Amino acid sequence: MIILCTLAAIVFAPWLTSYAEQGLGAPGPDRLLAPSAEHVMGTDQLGRDMWARVLFGGRVSVSVALLVVLLAIGIGVPLGIVAGYFGGWVDQIIMRATDVFLAFPPLLLAIFMAALLGNGFGNLVLAIGLGWWPWYTRIARAQVVSLRQRPFVEAAQFMGVGHTRIMARHLAPFVVSPVMVQGTLDLGATILTAAALSFLGLGLAPPTPDWGQIIAEGRAHFPARWWYVTFPGLAIFLVALAFNLLGDSLRDAQKTEGHS
Amino acid sequence: MGFKVLGKRLLMACVVIFCVSVLTFLATRILPTDPAALYAGPRASTAKIEEARLRLGLDKPLVLQYAQFAGKALTGDFGVSYRTRQPISKDIKKFLPATLELVFIAMLMAVVVGIPLGVLAASKPKGCLDQISRLGAIGMASFPVFWIAMIFQLVFFSWLNWLPLSGQFSRETMLFNPITVVTGFNSIDAILSGNWAALSDVARHLVLPALTLSLYPIALAMRMTRSAMGEVMQEHYITTATAMGLSRREILFRFALKNALPQTITVLGLTFAFSLTGAVLVEVIFAWPGIGSYVTAAILAVDFPVIMAVTLVGTVIYVLVNLLVDLAQASLDPRVALS
Repeated sequence: MIILCTLAAIVFAPWLTSYAEQGLGAPGPDRLLAPSAEHVMGTDQLGRDMWARVLFGGRVSVSVALLVVLLAIGIGVPLGIVAGYFGGWVDQIIMRATDVFLAFPPLLLAIFMAALLGNGFGNLVLAIGLGWWPWYTRIARAQVVSLRQRPFVEAAQFMGVGHTRIMARHLAPFVVSPVMVQGTLDLGATILTAAALSFLGLGLAPPTPDWGQIIAEGRAHFPARWWYVTFPGLAIFLVALAFNLLGDSLRDAQKTEGHS
Repeated sequence: MGFKVLGKRLLMACVVIFCVSVLTFLATRILPTDPAALYAGPRASTAKIEEARLRLGLDKPLVLQYAQFAGKALTGDFGVSYRTRQPISKDIKKFLPATLELVFIAMLMAVVVGIPLGVLAASKPKGCLDQISRLGAIGMASFPVFWIAMIFQLVFFSWLNWLPLSGQFSRETMLFNPITVVTGFNSIDAILSGNWAALSDVARHLVLPALTLSLYPIALAMRMTRSAMGEVMQEHYITTATAMGLSRREILFRFALKNALPQTITVLGLTFAFSLTGAVLVEVIFAWPGIGSYVTAAILAVDFPVIMAVTLVGTVIYVLVNLLVDLAQASLDPRVALS
């Protein structure tokens, strides 16, 4: 429910506020107003309506999270399938590579990459995604290893079906469901990571709004203007919570399915 | 567990650390930022930049550059910070204790509060506490750490005025009861030198950052203990113990927890990882002079050697902690084979 509402709110952002251009960065007349009927979440130091900022910031934050997970799946799953299918030294190389990437404390690698790549939407996605793919490699590999010896795979091999085709058509479908569950669970975590990076000044360049960056700007007016940091933070919390709850129930559903 | 296995694990950890160092090194060389230009400063002339390139040895082949970098790093020499113009290892030594102080408290809280709560939650599956722990864990995992830290400041400083806003100690302490540096850990130093006025001040400053940082580790420890206990509680010997009329408490803490412990220990590795990265954000909010504040300042000043050194040191510590956790788990649980 929360997810649907959020996604709807983000998609229809221009229609939900009368301050759309302020949401995108245009300054307004009334600076640092407390929440009122006109500005439900108050305004910031440039007079921009906070509700509009949070709505448009959500567009950036949620799309970053989605793209990070897609990127991680895009890199991780094919590698995992290849590692699991071929085994041997291919498997060794790929899995040792995941070990190395997982050896970094999670946020530290993202900070390092983001600092090297510089600000920007694509760079933010890349910085987080590069540290995230090994999880999907492990999931995909585990799934494929358990299937590799099954008759249908061997039958396909005997019939002369190519390796690529076996992996793409016969093995990949089995990987979809665990990867989807993990992906949903990760959306919450990636939103938090993206927010943390942009809070540290490694996200998008202003005036494009982004939740973490709004909070970072709000620190200059904290704690006197409490609404400035409170509402964007609340938005991050609610969306991350929604994805985590969804992921958790998906995982439970999958577990019970596996047992029966 | 034999020494052979131990040696193998140590060797693997070394290989991983080696690969990590190559990776971080290559990243700084491949990406389109020019280290020489950064070293020379934003308004340097082309000649100055070339001079810096020679000085940093950036004109030599990559392999040689790496060898030089690694050789120095092994002796604890990470070069000089562009921003503070101080040796980075000296800076890290200065800032690390403050970070470790927070990280240790968070881990301690996870063990002292999280594990017992997890045991209690497991005693009544689907019970009230179990449901709360589940929702609590998901909730804690959804808070942006830096935001909850600011909300705490708002509540406990601005509204209630119970606790200080930020910093490690107040100006009065610095002037009238300065802490003698022994270990670099403020609270321990205050105890060692019997400086009780300073200790209470330091403790008051510790509450909020430590609380913020330990929320998630507590929830995590609780969930992990709960799930490990859940499996153990299904075992026949627990049923036997119950049938023999042993008290619930004895069964839970003496029999079940003992066998759930090896799994629970993995929590320590996870909480450590989280606290280490969480500390970066918490330190920024509470103006805590630790590694997190140091690296954040480095990010803003595009001070690459510092970012690189902190990434490396953090990763090495993390790898070692994970190794310790694995070994502890294996020595506690004979079923876990180290191979």
